[in-house]
Amino acid sequence: MNLIYPEFEVARNTERCTKCGICVKQCPNGVHALKVDPTTGEQKLAADDSRCVDCQRCVVFCPVRALKIVKSGNVYRENAYWAQKTINEIHLQAEHSGVLLSSMGSPEPYPVYFDRILLNASQVTNPPIDPLREPMETRVSLGAKPKTIERDPAGRIVNNLGPQIELSLPVMFSAMSYGSISLNAHESLARAAEELGIMYNAGEGGLHESLYKYGRNTIVQVASGRFGVHPDYLNCGAAIEIKMGQGAKPGIGGHLPGTKIGADISRTRMIPEGTDAISPAPHHDIYSIEDLRQLVFSLKEATDYQKPVIVKIAAVHNAAAIASGIARSGADIIAIDGFRGGTGAAPTRIRDHVGIPIELALASVDQRLREEGIRDSVSLVVGGGIRSSADVVKAVALGADSVYIGTAALVALGCRLCRNCHAGRCAWGIATQDPELVKRLNPNTGYKRLVNLVRGWQHEIQEMMGGMGINAIESLRGNRLMLRGIGLNERELEILGIKHAGE
Amino acid sequence: MRIVADNLDSMKLNQRIRKASGSVLIDRCFGQRYIGSGSKDKKITIYGTPGNALGSYLDGATIIVHGNGQDMIGDTMNSGEIVIHGNAGDGLGYAMRGGMIFVRGSAGCRAGIHMKQYQDQKPALVIGGKAGSFLGEYMAGGMIIVLGLGIEDAPVGDFTGTGMHGGCIYIRTNRELAGLPAQVHSEIAAWEDKQEILPLLLRFGAHFGCDGRALADDRYYLLKPNTARPYAQLYTKN
Repeated sequence: MNLIYPEFEVARNTERCTKCGICVKQCPNGVHALKVDPTTGEQKLAADDSRCVDCQRCVVFCPVRALKIVKSGNVYRENAYWAQKTINEIHLQAEHSGVLLSSMGSPEPYPVYFDRILLNASQVTNPPIDPLREPMETRVSLGAKPKTIERDPAGRIVNNLGPQIELSLPVMFSAMSYGSISLNAHESLARAAEELGIMYNAGEGGLHESLYKYGRNTIVQVASGRFGVHPDYLNCGAAIEIKMGQGAKPGIGGHLPGTKIGADISRTRMIPEGTDAISPAPHHDIYSIEDLRQLVFSLKEATDYQKPVIVKIAAVHNAAAIASGIARSGADIIAIDGFRGGTGAAPTRIRDHVGIPIELALASVDQRLREEGIRDSVSLVVGGGIRSSADVVKAVALGADSVYIGTAALVALGCRLCRNCHAGRCAWGIATQDPELVKRLNPNTGYKRLVNLVRGWQHEIQEMMGGMGINAIESLRGNRLMLRGIGLNERELEILGIKHAGE
Repeated sequence: MRIVADNLDSMKLNQRIRKASGSVLIDRCFGQRYIGSGSKDKKITIYGTPGNALGSYLDGATIIVHGNGQDMIGDTMNSGEIVIHGNAGDGLGYAMRGGMIFVRGSAGCRAGIHMKQYQDQKPALVIGGKAGSFLGEYMAGGMIIVLGLGIEDAPVGDFTGTGMHGGCIYIRTNRELAGLPAQVHSEIAAWEDKQEILPLLLRFGAHFGCDGRALADDRYYLLKPNTARPYAQLYTKN
């Protein structure tokens, strides 16, 4: 007996329904079934609401729009303290014990600072620029910038610029491993990154051999479990990212269940088939910035100092102090992942209660690095909650060199944020390894949708920059005068380093 | 090619090693780090004490150390062989998934952590003396052998095999092994089990001049994981 009443209800318009059975085929959770009425002998479509996760697959594929998924509407007695969700979660744990597991970024109603920041525009003086008419530079280059100009004895400038990654605009696809998402999703991201002149991040699950050809647009990741890490992998990518933490689960590692580890993933991750892939939160060789420096330089040594090294951390309380240490560890780029960041699976309590918003972490890190005079020794990349080009522009103005987008990219591939990635039955072929489901995501279509999205954002970024009278994204970086807070208190404004609207 | 390391810093020493082909002999090594990092086809012989992360990401090369090694030897090693005629520090063979490491003396904490195997890749780590705590932590494959040669007390520290979910650990001792974590199943190795490690014992003997075959006659504990999916029961889908 299921003690929890279904959250959703399948609303079927029987007048429109032709009983074609497409919903039965499309649903990976077995919600729909074609049944024969034993008395009348008539065929009938039935729905088991309890299996529905509201992935919207049947709704989208119903050719006659006979389907809708609605909230079931069943309510517990109203209680301002004990929400229905809270009660249901207690029932779940009382029934099954265990740690509650969720997917994707936190859906909880914490303040969204991006939505409380407004952008400036020029009027009369310093006029706006029309991006359709005038050049508008969105290119960025990530990596440590030299502090001094060096000259040879003849007075010529010596190129002392370390390895960089070049992006046509300050947007990259964030780390999602093969295993957490499908190979077709990975291929879509890789091809889109190549076409757009940006980077995608292969995540911590190694790189499938079919994707090595996109290496120039790939960031390869090294995490505590070292999955799929070997010299050719390190040398294939344009940059190497050390994963210290993830916004959705700071202080927590990853467990890819053995059920998802088939032959292909086993080979790519270099781990046995069918056993859990355990990637604990701590790197057991790193207990200090000095230890981190050792891993940074062992990776640089293995790649002959040709690749910039990124250190990725989750946005936590002491992010500014940690970033200051990372900037001194020899890393070229710091990536900070906010608590809204997505995940293929994270303990619910960790996801919803640990970490801080990326806007605040970014502002404090940028400020700290400037105060210490080391801002140029690293580039800053932020992720975990970037939903639109407006968020990108605000992040850049708060001090980011680039952003990472993960959830937005998956949505472009079809995701409806049903937040059931951990079940491994993704109806859109993204967060699954089931070959029948993976086939549903065609990389030929997938990569085009990603390209469309990012090109659209690029144009919007240019429009917003033009409005501010800025024609190069470099002039927007850390330009907090372009930002104003709305409905924020003094402390929040102080941390963000911005004035209130009207000031 | 012979390089006198002396005061060369790690970066300069490694540049010279990378440029060299074939055999490289490093003399008077004083703690230079990352020696042989990612190396595929060299034979590197070291006199002195190489620094941390010796042979990290090693991909086919051979490294022989006449002296002690430090921390993180063979980090993420893919293939090749590392032979240490002395002791090794912490994190020996971290996440190695191929190749062999032989240490004549003892190893520090967390030897063989995250060791894993897949397809025909099966790493091996042989420690002549004793191993520190957390031996084979999170181990997902491969083979660790601790010989306890010349060791009177227990040849391993605490928490051996914590989080282990693959591979096996052989521990040569006449003592009782107590306090193993719940994830680990232990038994006294049978004759057939010891045949599995005989080639490694012979190789150990050949490297360090002792009778490897005789070692196979002794009493070993064989540690294996209780389950390949230690976290399967941990979660409730929300």
